[in-house]
Amino acid sequence: MTDFGFTLSRSSTLDLQKVDEGRFEQLCRLEKGAAVCIGCGSCSATCPAGSLSGMSVRKILLAVRRGQDIHRMLQCCMLCGKCTMVCPRGINTRHLILSICSIYD
Amino acid sequence: MNGNIVIIGGGIAGMEAAKALLALGHTPILVEASRTLGGHVASWHKLFPDMSSAKNLTARLQSEISGANIFTDTRVISLNRLVDGYSLKLSNGIVINASALLFATGFNLFDAAKKEEYGYGVYDRVITNSDLEAWFSGKEDRRVPKVPESIGFVHCVGSRDLKACNGQCSKVCCATAIKQAIEMKERFPYAKVYCFYMDLRLFGKKYEDFYVNAQRDYGIQFIRGRVSEVGETFDGRLQLKAEDTLSGKPLKVCLDLLVLMSGIVRNRSIEELSDMAGLETDSDGFLRSADNEYAVIESNRPGIYYAGACTGPKTVPETVAEARSAALAIHSYLESL
Amino acid sequence: MIYEGKQRIWSEYQKDIPDDSWYYVRSCIRQNFFPASERMFTEITRNVLGKDIYETPHHTTCGGIAYHCDTIPQETAMTIVARQFALMTEAGYENYCPSCITSFGNYAEILETWREFPELEAKIRDNLWKACRREFEKPRYLAHSSDLIYHWRNEIAAKAIYKLVNAATGEPLRIVEHIGCHYAKMFPSKAVGGAEYPYVLAGMIESWGGQVVDYPERRHCCGYGFRQYHVKANRSYSLSNTHKKFESMEPFHPDAIITNCPGCPYFLDRWQYVIAEQTGKTYGENGFGIPVLTYEELAGLVLGYDPWDLGLQLHQVAVEPLLDKMGVEYDPAAKYLGLNREDILRPELPSSLKCF
Repeated sequence: MTDFGFTLSRSSTLDLQKVDEGRFEQLCRLEKGAAVCIGCGSCSATCPAGSLSGMSVRKILLAVRRGQDIHRMLQCCMLCGKCTMVCPRGINTRHLILSICSIYD
Repeated sequence: MNGNIVIIGGGIAGMEAAKALLALGHTPILVEASRTLGGHVASWHKLFPDMSSAKNLTARLQSEISGANIFTDTRVISLNRLVDGYSLKLSNGIVINASALLFATGFNLFDAAKKEEYGYGVYDRVITNSDLEAWFSGKEDRRVPKVPESIGFVHCVGSRDLKACNGQCSKVCCATAIKQAIEMKERFPYAKVYCFYMDLRLFGKKYEDFYVNAQRDYGIQFIRGRVSEVGETFDGRLQLKAEDTLSGKPLKVCLDLLVLMSGIVRNRSIEELSDMAGLETDSDGFLRSADNEYAVIESNRPGIYYAGACTGPKTVPETVAEARSAALAIHSYLESL
Repeated sequence: MIYEGKQRIWSEYQKDIPDDSWYYVRSCIRQNFFPASERMFTEITRNVLGKDIYETPHHTTCGGIAYHCDTIPQETAMTIVARQFALMTEAGYENYCPSCITSFGNYAEILETWREFPELEAKIRDNLWKACRREFEKPRYLAHSSDLIYHWRNEIAAKAIYKLVNAATGEPLRIVEHIGCHYAKMFPSKAVGGAEYPYVLAGMIESWGGQVVDYPERRHCCGYGFRQYHVKANRSYSLSNTHKKFESMEPFHPDAIITNCPGCPYFLDRWQYVIAEQTGKTYGENGFGIPVLTYEELAGLVLGYDPWDLGLQLHQVAVEPLLDKMGVEYDPAAKYLGLNREDILRPELPSSLKCF
């Protein structure tokens, strides 16, 4: 391979067709509320770990939905329950988080 | 003056007003430009949020106004202001002097071909909300594949879009998209269905329930991002580009069918008529109400009233309520003469 | 694809193109990239079609490339453009024809800016007078040189020796048309066919017997983007854009690509070599690339000019597969003989992309 000093960049485009939705579907079977998230961000705004660790229930759920890896984003969750209190769509975020853990385990 | 009432437009607004005026003892004259009554609703399949039949509604209304004088396939070709009323000449040669007029002239659907980047009329598998309703009603459409595996809905086509010279929200398309997405999912349970939106405006009674059903029970995916362009792939499918604004990434997807939610725009064919009547136009291009809070059905001219989408996008219940309200206002106006 | 739908859009985006008397200005870079293209334009328009095309050696860059690279302010670009217009006025012409797409966009943008801000035009007139004591009239008509070839496409077709048809099968050749971004995206109404489905090159392809390939990334930029290429650190972006286009057009098996911009044919041509070197992938048949031509080169080919007089040996991607399909007669041995028939030396061959 010739070295030109530059090479093809990886596209950041999300190809919806290629998204592996298996885990998200699995999650919806465990916790129906996963499907009704509107991405309002109140869960992340209220999360005590959010500002210190990057923990965001909204981002984690979106990552599952888009078939992406969630690394160790959930490890800072203390299951304090505040996100469940504020969710306008009534999602049981505690159960949602535990369900995500069980899928990615 | 003679107490004649002319209703211009035989959609649900005009028909409902005729029905109410008949009940109040008047015999309104209803003038409809097309061959049949019912307007846009007559060509719709089901109505949200209860999924009732649109045809049943228009057919029932039609049967209830047989006592009115109805002229279909007829246009008002001239309108003169008299001291105590209006003189109208119809395209069939008849001249009517009337004490009161009701503009129930409705709207036009935005011509989706104007959004060239979406390829309506250019790509084989792009249709509009209106085309899909016709297909639901049984009309054949070769653009709809036998078993689509992926279907996209584009919200706000020609609405809230200054590039389309149409700044206002068309109000009904968000709920219509959800309704149509659910109907497609019922027909094709294995299809992936995506709704691409800028904002979801689900303001009406039970619309929010509709939205939650679509997400939870039908697995319809709502993606906040305005579609930027559509292209046709080698196998005749569509490639669509948007941004997944929640993740901040550009997005593309291949679709078997794309449905454009054409918005509501003012009815341009009545411009001459409203000018002759001396009616004013509001900043959004629709007819201007006496005021937009308390007197939506009243115009700036004595004896002329409005009902329905001639003053802006309206839902069916709003239109029906305005039609009844306008009928009462006309009744009171005639009593006061 | 619904052809009538495109025709309806094309009918809405037509522009007035006077049939004669044009003041022609060259591009800064095209004579280096594709040396015969502008020469071919004057040859075809003057000698084949008998048109009055005027040129002066006194003209300069339009300033567009520097403007788009953020190295000069717009007022400077405007004053340069004002001088160009003064040269046109002094020569007695009122129809202005740039060879470069970015120039075309630059002129269109400046004329539009002056229309909206007449005080700015007055200031530029003053600048020009102070700088070089010149005065100018604005052009009555502005057309890109591809607009002119489009305008005369049927006259060229009538004189054509070859068609864009596979001589062996009789099938029309599949041609990708690539439009420079600055042609239509800024002012769709100033482009033949508009911005979404430009007709300027498609019209030539159709007129000369070919079939237009419409692929999903047709509207996408070639990747040149001035700063994206000129700054080496950004060059991956440039390459990746081109790669995206090739991946998208690949299933359509195009026989050739034609373009109307100085940069696009260069990058669509040269990056095929870089992609092949880096990934081993080639997009034409049998390990070749997809030949990329300027519209003047293509016009020259159909009119029967010798491919080597058209400078096609200076392309990275071998053009011979296209010549063979069209049935063009050429002497392979003469490929690297210059105009004076002396050997101009052979380039080193790439490791992946097949070339002659």
